[in-house]
Amino acid sequence: MSFDWKWEFTWAILPRLLAATLNTLMAAGIGYAIALVVGLALALGQRSGSRALTLALREFIEFVRSTPLVLQIFFIFYVGPQFGITLSPWVSGMLAIGLHYSAYLSEVYRAGIEAVPRGQWEACRALNMSTRDTYRRIVIPQALPASIPGMGNYLVGIFKDTPMLSVIGVAELMQAANSIGSETYRFLEPYTMVGVIFLAISLPVAGLVHLLEARVRRKLGM
Amino acid sequence: MSIWDFLETYGARLANGTLVTCAQFLFASMVAIVAALLAGLGRMSGNWFIRSFSIIYIEIFRGTSLLVQLYWIFYVLPLFGVSLPKFIAGFLSVGLNVGAYGAEIVRGAIRAVPRGQWEAAYALSMSPARRMRRIILPQAFVLMLPPWGNLLIELLKGTALVALIAVADLMFVAKQINGATFLSAQAFGVALVVYFVLARFLITPFMRWLERTMSRRLGRI
Amino acid sequence: MDMSAYPLELPENDRPMVRFMNVTKSYGSLTVLDRLNLDVRRGEMVSVIGPSGSGKTTVLRMLMTLETISDGVIYVDGKPLTHMERGGVLVPADERHLRRMRASIGMCFQHFNLFPHMTALRNCMEGPVQVLGLSEREARTRSEELLAMVGMIDKKDQHPSRLSGGQQQRVAIARALAMRPRIMLFDEVTSALDPEVIGEVTNVIRKLVAEHDLTMLMVTHQMGFARDISDRICFFYKGQIEEQGPPEAFFTSPQRERTQQFLRAVKDAD
Repeated sequence: MSFDWKWEFTWAILPRLLAATLNTLMAAGIGYAIALVVGLALALGQRSGSRALTLALREFIEFVRSTPLVLQIFFIFYVGPQFGITLSPWVSGMLAIGLHYSAYLSEVYRAGIEAVPRGQWEACRALNMSTRDTYRRIVIPQALPASIPGMGNYLVGIFKDTPMLSVIGVAELMQAANSIGSETYRFLEPYTMVGVIFLAISLPVAGLVHLLEARVRRKLGM
Repeated sequence: MSIWDFLETYGARLANGTLVTCAQFLFASMVAIVAALLAGLGRMSGNWFIRSFSIIYIEIFRGTSLLVQLYWIFYVLPLFGVSLPKFIAGFLSVGLNVGAYGAEIVRGAIRAVPRGQWEAAYALSMSPARRMRRIILPQAFVLMLPPWGNLLIELLKGTALVALIAVADLMFVAKQINGATFLSAQAFGVALVVYFVLARFLITPFMRWLERTMSRRLGRI
Repeated sequence: MDMSAYPLELPENDRPMVRFMNVTKSYGSLTVLDRLNLDVRRGEMVSVIGPSGSGKTTVLRMLMTLETISDGVIYVDGKPLTHMERGGVLVPADERHLRRMRASIGMCFQHFNLFPHMTALRNCMEGPVQVLGLSEREARTRSEELLAMVGMIDKKDQHPSRLSGGQQQRVAIARALAMRPRIMLFDEVTSALDPEVIGEVTNVIRKLVAEHDLTMLMVTHQMGFARDISDRICFFYKGQIEEQGPPEAFFTSPQRERTQQFLRAVKDAD
């Protein structure tokens, strides 16, 4: 058994790991921003009235949700060059993770929109509001509070999935730990520290989401 | 190379990979279900030690990434004298990870069984263990099935990561073919479709069937 | 609280089936039962009535040990229910003692609480097989007899979801009786029922009163029914017994102001 935790070594690699953590946070942030916007488009697209579009979007969402993210990352990274389009690891990684989570977020939005009572739509119709205004002024403001817990959970989710970006060489936390491991042949400290850093970030964020959820529920009188 | 030629050449290897993926899925599911039940019940236990242990397990595995857990179990655990073959390390990591999420489902479902059921069992002088086994769990089981359906799909997706510690599953085979031929669209495309088929045409219908059967047994239909 | 004032066991010559001795139940600053003293004789049928929030359901739930006791002692057949002797004084009972004591008490709930994953027959057999350790055959015979008694034998293989409220409540009564309790508690058993099926349940209870030697406590809102079958009526108000007595006297000439108000209000509502 060669279990010997070296604090000196841990302190030596910590700056490098923390720098990589910034990249991880940035990747999660960008991916989440893409997911928020594309997810909304996917949700609204399904309500466009066109049956064909609705069906196509539903199938797309189902497909994205039922296949592994790591495979989607590889697919986007490697398939481009085959057709002459080369994407950097960062760009393909952000695209993959953003698209993957947009499928989940669209379901959150959809549930939120569907929870708005029918009477609200009818009232808007009776006031002769345009569809655009109905969504913007009446439906989305009501759908948003109910969607916040789901949106928060997927923010934590996307953060925890960023290590998969290391498979195409995005320089995030996992990638940094891998490099340290292969340079020094020490895996105990880097991998353990990665776990600790993840816990240190995701536990408080999950706690915050929980608080937010409780607050929203109270506000909605649930 | 057309897709048909591609399948003719690499179909057998992809099929082998699919089998390994299925095996990983089955073993990981078993680990996940057992872990979820133990931790979910443990989380509600009156025993301080059992409860703390369950909470620590749940929070650690939910708070970090599956990939981190996989690497840790495969690369770091041997330093503590526990060397697992990659196949076992693979499904164990996936199962333990999903089990932590499942524990919350188990707990939620148990708490969703109406209070009156607990009281009625109590009024019949049932012991806590028997009440849980005979009255509460069977009802909680039906409530758990729909969220477990989604969780098992997450589990299937999770098994793709075992390719990163060189378990020769579908993902691993696709990567190998890609590395050797650069037929990326074909290799990864076929793998994507296979995962989709497994999820939507095997796991989902099976869980729906199970839900229907169990609710019929409960006399709810 | 000082337990030395309470006897470890009631003497042979003063042993009602149930005795509440200074029983108090409070949630924080809210007192639901306030130093309640109540005796129930062997074989007596006592109806508990009163406005909502008067603590009447709490009396039953404490007897079933579904609620903890804040102060005082409950004796069942002379023995403390939620306390046991340790070193010459009463201390809170352990789980084993509670289960032994609980075995002599059966309860029916407002919302039946039948087990949805079991047929009517299985619901009745569950306790006898699992708790009393009867064989399947004995339990089946016993349960079928009771289901026949409540008029539900032809529905014995149905799940609760297929039964009407009145039918479910009759099965629930059979289920409680299958444990051969000496005390039966009925907690508003007709309150959740449609008016046209209330009769099927009250008829079963009437039959129990007429043919069996059970001690019964019933919380109810049906004054006519309580008057018909009870040996005694207890009127609860703010966690205490405001007035009690035999039904005829109680309903024809109530003594207390609050009782008169309550009975007038109930009558007006009818």
